[in-house]
Amino acid sequence: MIPSTFDYVRPKTVDEAVAALKQGDDDSKVIAGGQSMLPLLRMRLASPSILVDCGRIGEMRGIKESSDAITIGAATTHHEVLTNDLVGQYAELLALTTATVADPQVRHRGTFGGALAHGDPAGDLPAVALVMNATMEIAGFGGRRKVAAKDFFVDYFTTAVGPGEVLVSISIPKMGSDWSVHYEKFNRTAQGWAIVGVAAAVRLEGKKIAEARVGLTNVAPVPMRAGKVEAALTGAEATLATIQKASELATDGTHPTSDLHAAADYREHLMRVLTARALAKAADL
Amino acid sequence: MTTTIESTPAIGQPLRRKEDARLLTGRTQWTDNIQLAGTLHMAILRSPMAHATIMKLDLSGALKSPGVIAAFGAEELGALNASVPCVWPVTDDMVAPDFPALAKGEVRHVGDCVAVVLAHSAYQAADALAEIDVEYAPLPAIMQMEDALKAGSPLVHSDKGTNSCYTFKLPCGDYAAAKASADVVVSRRFVQQRLIPSAMEPRAVVASPMGTSGELTLWSATQVPHVLRVLLALVTGIPENKLRVIAPDVGGGFGGKLQCYREEILAVALANHLGRAIKWTETRSEDMVATHHGRDQIQDIEIAATKEGKVLGLKVTLLANMGAYLQIITPGIPLLGMFMYPGIYKMDAYDFTCTGVFTNTTPTDAYRGAGRPEATFAIERIMDELANELEMDPLELRKKNWINHGDFPFTTVAGLTYDSGNYEAATAKALELFDYESIRAEQKQRRKENNPVQLGIGISTYTEMCGLAPSRTLGALKYVAGGWEHCTIRILPTGKVELVTGTSPHGQGHETAWSQIASDTLGIPVDDIEVIHGDTGRSPYGMDTYGSRSLAVGGQAILRAGERVVEKARLIAAHQIECSPDDLEFVNGSFRVKGNPTVEKSIQAVAFEAFTAHNLPEGVEPTLQAEATVDPQDFSYPHGTHLCAVEVDTETGKTKIRSYVAVDDIGNVINPMIVEGQVHGGLAQGIAQALYEGAEYDADGQLLTASFADYLLPSAVDLPHFTTDRTVTPSTTHPLGTKGVGEAGAIASTPAVINAVVDALRPFGINDVRMPASPQTVWRTLRNARKAGAA
Repeated sequence: MIPSTFDYVRPKTVDEAVAALKQGDDDSKVIAGGQSMLPLLRMRLASPSILVDCGRIGEMRGIKESSDAITIGAATTHHEVLTNDLVGQYAELLALTTATVADPQVRHRGTFGGALAHGDPAGDLPAVALVMNATMEIAGFGGRRKVAAKDFFVDYFTTAVGPGEVLVSISIPKMGSDWSVHYEKFNRTAQGWAIVGVAAAVRLEGKKIAEARVGLTNVAPVPMRAGKVEAALTGAEATLATIQKASELATDGTHPTSDLHAAADYREHLMRVLTARALAKAADL
Repeated sequence: MTTTIESTPAIGQPLRRKEDARLLTGRTQWTDNIQLAGTLHMAILRSPMAHATIMKLDLSGALKSPGVIAAFGAEELGALNASVPCVWPVTDDMVAPDFPALAKGEVRHVGDCVAVVLAHSAYQAADALAEIDVEYAPLPAIMQMEDALKAGSPLVHSDKGTNSCYTFKLPCGDYAAAKASADVVVSRRFVQQRLIPSAMEPRAVVASPMGTSGELTLWSATQVPHVLRVLLALVTGIPENKLRVIAPDVGGGFGGKLQCYREEILAVALANHLGRAIKWTETRSEDMVATHHGRDQIQDIEIAATKEGKVLGLKVTLLANMGAYLQIITPGIPLLGMFMYPGIYKMDAYDFTCTGVFTNTTPTDAYRGAGRPEATFAIERIMDELANELEMDPLELRKKNWINHGDFPFTTVAGLTYDSGNYEAATAKALELFDYESIRAEQKQRRKENNPVQLGIGISTYTEMCGLAPSRTLGALKYVAGGWEHCTIRILPTGKVELVTGTSPHGQGHETAWSQIASDTLGIPVDDIEVIHGDTGRSPYGMDTYGSRSLAVGGQAILRAGERVVEKARLIAAHQIECSPDDLEFVNGSFRVKGNPTVEKSIQAVAFEAFTAHNLPEGVEPTLQAEATVDPQDFSYPHGTHLCAVEVDTETGKTKIRSYVAVDDIGNVINPMIVEGQVHGGLAQGIAQALYEGAEYDADGQLLTASFADYLLPSAVDLPHFTTDRTVTPSTTHPLGTKGVGEAGAIASTPAVINAVVDALRPFGINDVRMPASPQTVWRTLRNARKAGAA
């Protein structure tokens, strides 16, 4: 790896991180696990003047519980998320999805917050944050603010985290055992990015679907909720037929791109097929 | 006189590889690990355009950049700008454009070398590239072979007046007559997509002038140090005897390091010119555009048969993409496959034509199998299509046409004589392991119930020619070098052995396998044998490693050198025991008087006597060593039967390999564990061609698959469990009875997988799927077939 020259600082607190970012002006970048930043540096697609390593800020590490939510430090690694009991108990969808992120080496380095703040449309975790109604806490020189997941993802590789800011933590409302979940990821190699991914959560009451949530990965510049599918299923019988019919609506409002692995029409087709599969698996049909 | 081993022979044992501890931990001399004082680091400015005139090249900014010592374009380099050699002019009228190390006025592919910077650190050199002021005027990019051959097409090399490199014909028998008498003629167009070799270690060089002696040492991550030394001497003018080329441990090649690259030429020429050590290590991004690519052929295949399924003739018309320039054996690659299109089948007529075509793409050259995977794919695919046309089981059609075990040696329609083979045995074993009948039954059931996941079975009954090569054959094909191999064996005074081989391993395990051969020949433990390779200073002669040749050819040299050592030792032992050499037998490393085994002398003891030379027989020279240079009698012809079952999800188009059985016949085996590894790796690469890999350019000549995010290499997780087994039909032309195994897996597996995918999709009226058979490609093929069916 032969990147351009840059300075590197490793602050111990969020305040120090914010101060360091301010010093570097617009040319500063946050790094934690480095799994998105290092490839950019290596290919010289990014040439920051200063890298602010937030990977060892205590406040940004680990997972805590409150009465109705769990809060995950942004610099918590995927592996820590994956193996955490609180996540297993209250955020099974996050655990299932994190297990599909890249490979074990990446999961031991890469961080939950990093994956969200990077805003890659092909990343798996943004759709999950959306489905789970997560709230992000962002720190900047002017103080801290909270942003709901639905407002967090702005555009391709662009999130609510502005210049000079850092994502501190992600708070996820507890999803109890009345929810059943699945993440259906479609890719060509096991470690590859999702061509399309579907995060599904359903709450069943008897044979009826009381509530359904569907998040879509890599169907637009930002992760999306399949609102029409969710609406069609609310109160519907939990059968394969109703799920398949509702899943036909999955493409509504999406803006799939065409790339080497999938043209837009194929992505749309996958959205419908995978939404049905994700919901059927979540509902154990 | 033969060697007798009464204890367990080393040959045939699955010994753990001696070299693995250092290779797996990386605690070894990879080229990039070599640090010499005062080294200058080289960085190369590469063309971002597929085809353009260089309007301006101003290096002054780079020269002012921190740490920069020198910078060169073609003009500054002048006479040092040597041309990359091509050693295989396949026809007398082949068009061979000049291929200077630095482009002269015009760039012809993305990644073409424009300028070179030398700086104190690799970082400074990379930074300085951005300071070079270069202006390009775009020229039309010629990307498609068929477009390139049209009259009036823009030209890759305007001075040549054509984009056609050569046309090579091999007519065997009367194909027109065969076709005229046929009941059935099936034709298909297959596309061998372009592949990127992707060795784990990218290319790397360190060139160092040694003091004032005029000697220059080049360390290079190459497969071919010996070939490279000859070529670098020829193109740079540095006397061959002043040039030493070392391939230290090398992390994979797959043909991609069988080359004399422009970066090697530049490093040597500039180190010699400046009197400074120069180092360059390729980035992965450079590797994707500047290390040669493989495959890239369009194959028009036609097969003629009777309605009973007897094959009468085969016609093969190829377009082979050379890329923008010819590298070491670029034009010859499709011709290495030329003899293999008839495969294992008997027929009376075969008509082969190949046209090499220039395009504005990275040059192509050898990639695992080099011509033979393409040939095997074509024949094994067309046999399935013929079976489908005749409504026969594809296995039955093969049995009806293959060369029977009793027919060997058999001279094929293409003129090769296959010495040995037993297709019946390998196929029977594969069928047994695969459970062919029950999978066919399940397939029938799934078809009947219109299951969204369809099952397909693919067959590949392949053979290949390997062990490049008998020198006379290479000469007849206009290849400028020979195909022999060299070995020197020395038993040192303390009884330890140095085995100097001309082969150059880059992951194959030669140190272990060669020790096993020498151990049995000399009666000396494997651990006492040190294999020396990949250094023209220590092993002056060799033809290196490619084309499954190292054991097939190099193994013979080891054997003969070992036998010569034993014969010399026998003379010394007999002299000292005071008996006739004929009265001695050589058992477990000791000479014994026949009938009186109490009188014996170990070969190690003889080695010491040969060293002191106090008491040697008349006419026997001191030291115990011998060398051998062996030209192989013929190629070797491994074969086998591979069976693959796939599940194709017709909703998403995704293919999953359910089971894969590979029964290979590579004759006798030196180390079964190494063979297993070679087969697994080959299968992975062949399956990758079928389902995952494919270099893609856009219309402007930009490589779209320029990183591993887009150029998909499958990992172990993506591959099925392989069921592997062997039958053993020893080679009759090789003293060890071995055949080659380095390429077999890659050659056999691609058609097995695609035949399986097509078989799964037959009910939809589909009879071909383009490679790689990605989910999208399969889905689109299905959708088009359904539309056509509905119309």
